[in-house]
Amino acid sequence: MTPFTRDQMAHRAADDIPEGWCVNLGIGIPTLVANHVPNTREVVFQSENGVVGMGPAPAKGSEDLWNINAGKQLITLVPGASFVGHADSFAMIRGGHIDLCVLGGFEVAENGDLANWATGENDTAPAVGGAMDLAAGAKRLWVIMDHTTKDGRPKLLEKCVYPLTGLKCVTRVYTNLATIDVVAGQGFVVRDMAPGLSFEALQAKTAAKLHQPH
Amino acid sequence: MINKIVQTMAEALDGIKDGSTVLIGGFGSVGQPDALIEALIEVGAKNLTIALNNAGSGRVGVAKLMDQGCVRKIICSFPRSSDPVVFETLYREGKLELEITPQGTLAERIRAAAAGIPAFFTATGAGTLLARGKESRVIDGREYILETALKADVALIEAWEADRWGNLVYRGSGANFNPVMAAAAELTVCQVQHIRELGSLHPHMIGTPGVYVNRVIQVDRGPEWTKE
Repeated sequence: MTPFTRDQMAHRAADDIPEGWCVNLGIGIPTLVANHVPNTREVVFQSENGVVGMGPAPAKGSEDLWNINAGKQLITLVPGASFVGHADSFAMIRGGHIDLCVLGGFEVAENGDLANWATGENDTAPAVGGAMDLAAGAKRLWVIMDHTTKDGRPKLLEKCVYPLTGLKCVTRVYTNLATIDVVAGQGFVVRDMAPGLSFEALQAKTAAKLHQPH
Repeated sequence: MINKIVQTMAEALDGIKDGSTVLIGGFGSVGQPDALIEALIEVGAKNLTIALNNAGSGRVGVAKLMDQGCVRKIICSFPRSSDPVVFETLYREGKLELEITPQGTLAERIRAAAAGIPAFFTATGAGTLLARGKESRVIDGREYILETALKADVALIEAWEADRWGNLVYRGSGANFNPVMAAAAELTVCQVQHIRELGSLHPHMIGTPGVYVNRVIQVDRGPEWTKE
């Protein structure tokens, strides 16, 4: 069995984004998704610091320090891009104008609950950023994360243990082992799996019931 | 004649008192009024409440302001930015109060203050730890929590260009928190790269009308920030 790489996970998510969507990408693997959307398919990438129409990183020598994304990386703009301030950018997010947000995650529950901002109530200084706004406001929320923690504990659970970012908000999870839909009233439905992986082996790494698609 | 342009930092920050609530613009270093923050450290006002996105990094700027014991409380969305050494130390020692606020709720609380709205319901944070102690209400089948406006005594912001009326033009992603903060404070002070003749800024390009701005000071950002 060969798990998917970070780029393969990002590529699989990118394949599922149709032309015309406005998409916000979180920090980490989600940021890689933009690299896997072909130029022939027009997708508008929004960054919550007020960029609508974000392009790839600038070539060396043509950086503009005034243009960054929410991860504070330098960016370029695509033709058609625009800037807004934070109040308008988050009105766009919270008002349901973002078709899709892709975030990383610590845990996802079978009812769609997401935990991705703090690892415990006694966390010295939890940093939430825009994650709760995106979880509550985006039309769809996909999570890209490893299927288990580094020490092998499942990250797909019946109920999240860590503090929640949002309730019943995740609609799909791309892991290094599978792509799994979160279906209301049913739970985790496996769309496909890494080559050579059995359904039983995937279930053994998951702390909630997995369903076969009909 | 209206003229909001001042020549010295002493004039720019005149009247900032102990115990003030201060909004500080910027996202990362973009649109962050570094020179005004340095000047605020010089003013030496104590017991400040500051509201901004991050809690400073290293030992400069906002981190230095906290390090000098000027800040009682910080309201922010992301205290763990790169190298938050001063914040972490003060927070651990109990010398700094932290109010963690989702980034959009922070922006909207400031916008509400600017628009004369005392509080609003939002879905962001409902059902999470950040909903503790907040009124919640189900509207059309969804749960929302009540968040209050964040009004301030002072806003320190940065823009690219200004005229003597205090009209501001932003550059790139440098607007971020600046326009909304400009509108939510009793005293708004802006640091700009360029002062332009009145009438030379195109009305459509003005991101913040001068009615929100009290003082403007020209500060050179340095060559790497001023490439056109």
